Amino acid sequence: MLKLNGITKVFGGLTALEDVSFAVEAGSITGVIGPNGAGKTTLFNIVTGLYTQTTGSVILDRQDISFLETEKLAALGLVRTFQNVELFREMTVLENVMVGLHTKSKSGIFSCAFRLPGQMKEEKTIREKGREWLEFTGLGDLAETTAGSLPFGKGRLLEISRALAAQPKIILMDEPAAGLNSRETFELASLIRKIKDSGVTVVLVEHDMDLVMDVCQSIVVLNLGKKLAHGTPREIQENPEVISAYLGDG
Amino acid sequence: MVTEKKRQFLIFLIFALAALAAPFFLKGNYLLNVLVFVGINTMLAVGLNLLLGYAGQISLGHAAFFGMGAYISGIITARYPLEPFLIMALAALCVGVIAFVIGFPILKLKGHYLAMATLGFGIIMYIIFNETVDWTGGPSGLSGIPNLKIGALVFDNDWNNYYLVWIFTLAVMLLSINLSQSRIGRALRAIHDSEVAARVMGVNARILKVQIFTVSAVISAVAGSLYAHIMTFIAPASFGFNFSVELLTMIVIGGLGSIYGSFLGAVILTMLPEFLRVFQDFDIIIYGLMLILMTMFMPGGLISGIEAIARFIAAKFGRAKDDHAEA
Ligand SMILES: Nc1ncnc2c1ncn2[C@@H]1O[C@H](COP(=O)(O)OP(=O)(O)OP(=O)(O)O)[C@@H](O)[C@H]1O
Ligand SMILES: [Mg+2]
Repeated sequence: MLKLNGITKVFGGLTALEDVSFAVEAGSITGVIGPNGAGKTTLFNIVTGLYTQTTGSVILDRQDISFLETEKLAALGLVRTFQNVELFREMTVLENVMVGLHTKSKSGIFSCAFRLPGQMKEEKTIREKGREWLEFTGLGDLAETTAGSLPFGKGRLLEISRALAAQPKIILMDEPAAGLNSRETFELASLIRKIKDSGVTVVLVEHDMDLVMDVCQSIVVLNLGKKLAHGTPREIQENPEVISAYLGDG
Repeated sequence: MVTEKKRQFLIFLIFALAALAAPFFLKGNYLLNVLVFVGINTMLAVGLNLLLGYAGQISLGHAAFFGMGAYISGIITARYPLEPFLIMALAALCVGVIAFVIGFPILKLKGHYLAMATLGFGIIMYIIFNETVDWTGGPSGLSGIPNLKIGALVFDNDWNNYYLVWIFTLAVMLLSINLSQSRIGRALRAIHDSEVAARVMGVNARILKVQIFTVSAVISAVAGSLYAHIMTFIAPASFGFNFSVELLTMIVIGGLGSIYGSFLGAVILTMLPEFLRVFQDFDIIIYGLMLILMTMFMPGGLISGIEAIARFIAAKFGRAKDDHAEA
């Protein structure tokens, strides 16, 4: 599904990622873990075209997306959420998800200004689909709330709903459990499984080890920009190098 | 919701009817003349608001597009006996192409840099209006611009000009309202709130910003052409930095991201100088003061205050009805 080949990223003098390669299997939940500053977010930024890798390539479904612009990826089925929650804060919850459906519609500036019949129909579909996705994640009651006024946990859910609305093949989530309480984290775990069961591949960057070990089939460990290990949760838990990296004497 | 769209349309209908009926109550009144310019300024404010209030991209040089429309129409129709409406369309097209071309490099810039670049563009155009004396008449202005006419109907008095301007203004307002409630309007607001997230969701921010910049410039150019034909005389002073700031003040006072707020701001900044003498001498200082105070105390603009009052009244009425139902 998604393949990273020898990704290296140098910021000035700092090597944030060094020769990182791994593949994400279709239909799986893959975890990417590692201490702070390991390069996890940088990796997502490269895959989504926000940063350009120094060397290496990214393959999505046999298509080389190494140098594709960010805005092209949603249409190819790749979306993400952000560590710092990037909502459209001034817009309603429903409108946020409707932006998620941007690639599922195509009316231009002209047909929108003149309300051509095709645009009216499209608008109705976008609204209905948007509501369906809010029901899927359990935000249906909050549709008309301003996104900026949502409690933090709901904000994270909204970001996921918005990404799902694009009907992706693969979703990258950057620390979706950060800032959630334990009940919310528990609900998140079942939502992530539900997403996987609906046929979407999930890549999960997360510090919450219980969550990662619970939902992931496969885990990649990064440390100081290098891939340290790749295996099943059990293999990772027993890997001495991983243990020493996390205890901080590596 | 469908009802929300219907409500918006009803509000526009009432607004449009009021605008079209106003002259009947103001026959022979000096206010009618002021309202012609309120119309032109509303158009300009709506155009700038699409760019700044919706897409979140600042322009400190919008007076230049207004001036380009005015000068292209003015220069050509003052010299050649060509159909002014046709030249108006030509001016809009030219300004649109120019805005589109400069939009690509300029809108790559963000924040202060974008402000500087558009400011620079405004200053350059202002210098061109002043220095190409053979064409524009320079600082002393360009006269002899004909009035617009359709057959025997000549737009040379306040009554006719009012309807001429307000038909354009209402059209611009309606199209902008439509746009704001569509996927393009949402995409623009998304860019405003988080450009990266918008791009991740597939919004082509780069192109969309240039498109809305172009639309905004074209609206300004049409307003400029109308202005030139109504005044029959234009001079660079109307198209300088001060006027760009005045437009900015209009939308900040009225309400960023609100079409009716643009109108409200245009009313206030067009009317005040007519009635307050001090305004004419200290305009830029007063605009500055207004900008600071509004941003500090009422970032949503006056329209947000009016909406709050409307909601309060609606809630009161709603509760009164409920009480009756219970009784
Ligand atoms: N734009 C940038 N410019 C310079 N250095 C950067 C940039 N982005 C990230 N870095 C550096 O790259 C390294 C990896 O950062 P990254 O954000 O990818 O870590 P992370 O694994 O996501 O950490 P965390 O768990 O804290 O989110 C860090 O040392 C960081 O300072
Ligand atoms: Mg990170």
